[in-house]
Amino acid sequence: MGKTLAEKILSRNSSTDAKAGDIVIAEVDLVFAQDTTGPLTVRQFHESGLKHLAKPQKTVLFIDHAAPSPSVNLSTDHILLRHFAHENGVVISDVGEGVCHQIVIESLARPGDVIVGADSHTVTAGGLGAFATGMGSSDVAVVMGLGKTWFRVPESFKVEVSGAFQKGVSGKDLILYLIGMLGADGATYKALEFSGNTVALMSISQRFTIANMAVECGAKVGLFPADNVVRGYLIAQGRANDYQTILPDADAVYERTIKINAAELEPTLAKPHTVDNTAPVRELKGTKVQQVYIGTCTNGRLEDLAIAASILKGKKCHPQTRLIVAPASRRILVAALKAGYIQTLVEAGGTILPPGCGPCLGLHQGVLGKGEVCLSTSNRNFKGRMGNPEAFVYLASPATAAATALYGEITDPREVL
Amino acid sequence: MLRGRAFKFGDSISTDHVISGRYAHLRSNLVELAKHVLEDADPTFVSRVKPGDFIVAGSNFGLGSSREHAPLVIKMAGVSAILAKSVARIFFRNAINLGLPVLMCDTDKMNDGDELEINLEGGKVKDLTNGSELTLGKIPEVMLRILAEGGLIPYIQKYGDFKL
Repeated sequence: MGKTLAEKILSRNSSTDAKAGDIVIAEVDLVFAQDTTGPLTVRQFHESGLKHLAKPQKTVLFIDHAAPSPSVNLSTDHILLRHFAHENGVVISDVGEGVCHQIVIESLARPGDVIVGADSHTVTAGGLGAFATGMGSSDVAVVMGLGKTWFRVPESFKVEVSGAFQKGVSGKDLILYLIGMLGADGATYKALEFSGNTVALMSISQRFTIANMAVECGAKVGLFPADNVVRGYLIAQGRANDYQTILPDADAVYERTIKINAAELEPTLAKPHTVDNTAPVRELKGTKVQQVYIGTCTNGRLEDLAIAASILKGKKCHPQTRLIVAPASRRILVAALKAGYIQTLVEAGGTILPPGCGPCLGLHQGVLGKGEVCLSTSNRNFKGRMGNPEAFVYLASPATAAATALYGEITDPREVL
Repeated sequence: MLRGRAFKFGDSISTDHVISGRYAHLRSNLVELAKHVLEDADPTFVSRVKPGDFIVAGSNFGLGSSREHAPLVIKMAGVSAILAKSVARIFFRNAINLGLPVLMCDTDKMNDGDELEINLEGGKVKDLTNGSELTLGKIPEVMLRILAEGGLIPYIQKYGDFKL
């Protein structure tokens, strides 16, 4: 019997013939935490009695969620992480480098890797064909010490996407549509495995967006085949040697197959306060928006900034709408500067934040006021998510975000493209 | 045997409801952080909960972030177990890793304030207020062993490795 991508990767790293439902102990190739989960991870590591890190060079601490620090307490947490990294030979990715998941895909993750991060959006690296999943601080602390952990091998849902996207529709709309269809717990404990001719042609950037949000319908991983698109991306990052082809077996067994015709998809958004509360953008047309945020591990990549810049070039954001932009990494910021996207967005009235998580989780850099509405390209719109339980967050694509910034109200990007 | 009062919550209580990201600056000051437990779902919860009480929730409890601080502040509030129709994957693992039982059952008939009695070994929960008894969903063996040691860190302190 053939294997799914999830079974294939976990079989290899556990040296067993892993099948869905099995509990295995698998080697972990890369482990990380960030500045809001890292301090507890470090404390749990010390508490565990484990003395040494299994793979210091494959252990990374990221300062990205509150970078640069907005408060004394968080600065103290950052110092703790830097000290631990220095003492243990751990890699640290400090202020200005960017969001952990973006650095992981640019510089660290390889197809076939098992990756554990103390952040739920660790699933992003599934876009490269890595079995990457989020866990809490205790689990991550133990992985740091032992270099392995236990997994329940997930059953897989095959998501087969065919057809060409309409203009103004992208991977973000596809994943929002899928989450709306499955529900926020529709794939709990499962692997989502994407395939079909749309996927074969889809840019790596859109694959990352889709993998990133797999967790929003409960999935443990969102996996893409490691194919020529992945090879091209790794070559562009100077990592040709990290590539290997990994495809699911033709006779792999899936718990469920979901077929999506990409040509039928419309620009889609998630309404407050759950990610599965989705609707076509056109149905919300006219909703006033005070803040638009383009960035995050979901949609802070060059392709995302490019579409926003193309919509806003030579124009001005609506005077009652603030546009905030955070490139996901330093590498993206530099590329966007060179391409002129940053200048375009600033001239249109946008505010550029340093590479990092920005206002996504409500800590700083764009906390919402009472009753305010934000349209964000991020992945979560829970009540209170952007710092205020009395504010409202809509999630949508960078194209929808740019069109909305232009008119100050929710706007279907097909009207401006 | 665990006994306490039910604090009833609905479906889709996220980790942001449990402990909002806006309190991330308090994550190294757990006593202060715990004062905000479940604040965005029920601001009165923290002043009413007593040691031994239970959280009784609908489906997909704990969806969202990997922050272990979410089950941690619930445990610090004195909650002795969470009962829910279903629970999000990372939250489930985190709670067990902290020695906080998360038990699956149909919570529809349980009301806020009901007296509950949980028999962990027997896998039963009795609602002493309405007289009903329900069977709890099975927890994977590996998680039961971690729970039996009081969590993952005590488990590793004892065994130094995973013993499956």
